[in-house]
Amino acid sequence: MARAQSPRRRLIATLAAWGVALTIFFPVLWMVLTSFKTEASAVAMPPELLSADWTLENYAEVWQRSDYPRFFWNSVVISIGSTLLGLAIAIPAAWSMAFVPGKRTKDLLMWMLSTKMMPAVAVLIPLYLVFQRIGLFDTKLGLILALMLMNLPIIIWMLYTYFKEIPAEILEAARMDGASLWSEIVYVLTPMALPGIASTMLLNIILAWNEAFWTITLTTTKAAPLSAFIASFSAPQGLFYAKLSAASAMAILPILILGWFSQKQLVRGLTFGAVK
Amino acid sequence: MGKIQLTQVRKSFGEVDVIPGIDLSIEDGEFVVFVGPSGCGKSTLLRLIAGLEDTTSGTIAIDGKDATTLPPAKRGLAMVFQSYALYPHMSVRKNIAFPLKMAGMSESEQAARVERAAKVLNLTSYLDRRPGQLSGGQRQRVAIGRAIVREPSAFLFDEPLSNLDAALRVGMRQEITELHQSLKTTMIYVTHDQVEAMTMADKIVVLNAGRVEQVGSPLDLYHHPQNLFVAGFIGSPKMNFLAGAEAAKHNAATIGIRPEHLDIGAGGMWQGTVGLTEHLGSDTFLKVTLDSGEVVTVRANGDVALHHGDRVALSPQASKIHRFDASGKALA
Repeated sequence: MARAQSPRRRLIATLAAWGVALTIFFPVLWMVLTSFKTEASAVAMPPELLSADWTLENYAEVWQRSDYPRFFWNSVVISIGSTLLGLAIAIPAAWSMAFVPGKRTKDLLMWMLSTKMMPAVAVLIPLYLVFQRIGLFDTKLGLILALMLMNLPIIIWMLYTYFKEIPAEILEAARMDGASLWSEIVYVLTPMALPGIASTMLLNIILAWNEAFWTITLTTTKAAPLSAFIASFSAPQGLFYAKLSAASAMAILPILILGWFSQKQLVRGLTFGAVK
Repeated sequence: MGKIQLTQVRKSFGEVDVIPGIDLSIEDGEFVVFVGPSGCGKSTLLRLIAGLEDTTSGTIAIDGKDATTLPPAKRGLAMVFQSYALYPHMSVRKNIAFPLKMAGMSESEQAARVERAAKVLNLTSYLDRRPGQLSGGQRQRVAIGRAIVREPSAFLFDEPLSNLDAALRVGMRQEITELHQSLKTTMIYVTHDQVEAMTMADKIVVLNAGRVEQVGSPLDLYHHPQNLFVAGFIGSPKMNFLAGAEAAKHNAATIGIRPEHLDIGAGGMWQGTVGLTEHLGSDTFLKVTLDSGEVVTVRANGDVALHHGDRVALSPQASKIHRFDASGKALA
């Protein structure tokens, strides 16, 4: 039975929701507004929400001073590459965990998740040294591997949850119909889990795009993505807030657009299986 | 060809012996029904034959060849599942063609076979629909279509009608029987419904706790049950059992008499009082509490004028009394 809600309650709930949403969104809004201010206006006290003299100079200078397309391209390659590689490993792994579980499958899943709780800095030195020794330092391939490994537990967990929702009888039917393991995954499992796979893919592209710790630590110039591009605007001479904000806005804009257009898919995927 | 031979087939899950060891022979073209209560191992046995479960020991031979370790697709069998197990993202046409595609058949041959199967199953106008747009009965027909296009050596049905409503079930039961008569292919059918078993089977295999209790034709099981379990399981309403003095009179530990073999009339040897009456139109089922305290079911004609509390006298038809020893085995 639907729960009756008075108009007053609904108004309070709507205002509260808007309040929370604006609080979350405010730093992004502030950053975007700052990117259009002059450096003086950006650091003015008391802070100015809306500047008197708007300018596009920051964007022009950031574009001139740095090679934005290269950073952007690196971000695209690294985030999509690490996600696709992760999916290629995670789909068969999640299949086996969901449909042919062993005695220790649950433990294995928990262990994988526990690696996400480890502070990344704990493996910084060994990973840094290994990457330098084997020539992966400051390469896109190196970052693809590193980010794929970082996000693999989440990809496997998400896919495992989606796969568990698929009736095993359908896969058995495919087996009876003569499908090999490969055909079973390609023709039956993957299309059926497509909404889940798509949302896993989107979430991981976003995670990889926004990742800063490893991308800044394991690159210098060649493979540096947009996170390193932002960091490059905090110079030892001081912070230039307006330019830093312009660089940040340019870095987040592509992923913001992707997130905006795929939000329906993301929400659907993240709540998949929550209600039977 | 579709001869299936099970020799000492055993299946255990950890410590639990689900099927302790079964020998069974299924002849080419037979319609065999595995019947038994829930948890008796009938579906497990079917899955062992299909290759969806590995045997713990024993051998499964299909058409004389050892298939015990063959993967499901290599056994030449087709299966229809209880939940239909259709591919929801594919059209009916693609669902039916899927096994042919997996077999590497040409597109034109696939199309021809799909059209043929669709015609047999009255699915021609639904070929471009998705399973989600079909009714339960239509989905079941698609599942059968997917099985028949492969032209397998045997069909395996795992409780295929359980998800259908009563009226549709009767219709589909007839369709499957007619399909068997036209294809003349071996069919193994699992059900817990003994009416389905009796009406469809050439041969019924009654299972209980993973053991074969009796194998025989429906009427053979009805008339000559080999033990108390089969006697009680086959027939609806179930057979009445009487022990004690009444059984002793027949030199047995237990006697059984079917509800349709009890005659109502003056001078009957068992006196009792009518309890519940169920009027089905064609028949009336009476629950009669005998003076000895036992309750028996009587099948009377549809317009019998007996009501709760009426006194009746019952006479068992002497030739229809089944006798069982203390271990439950039928006595000759």
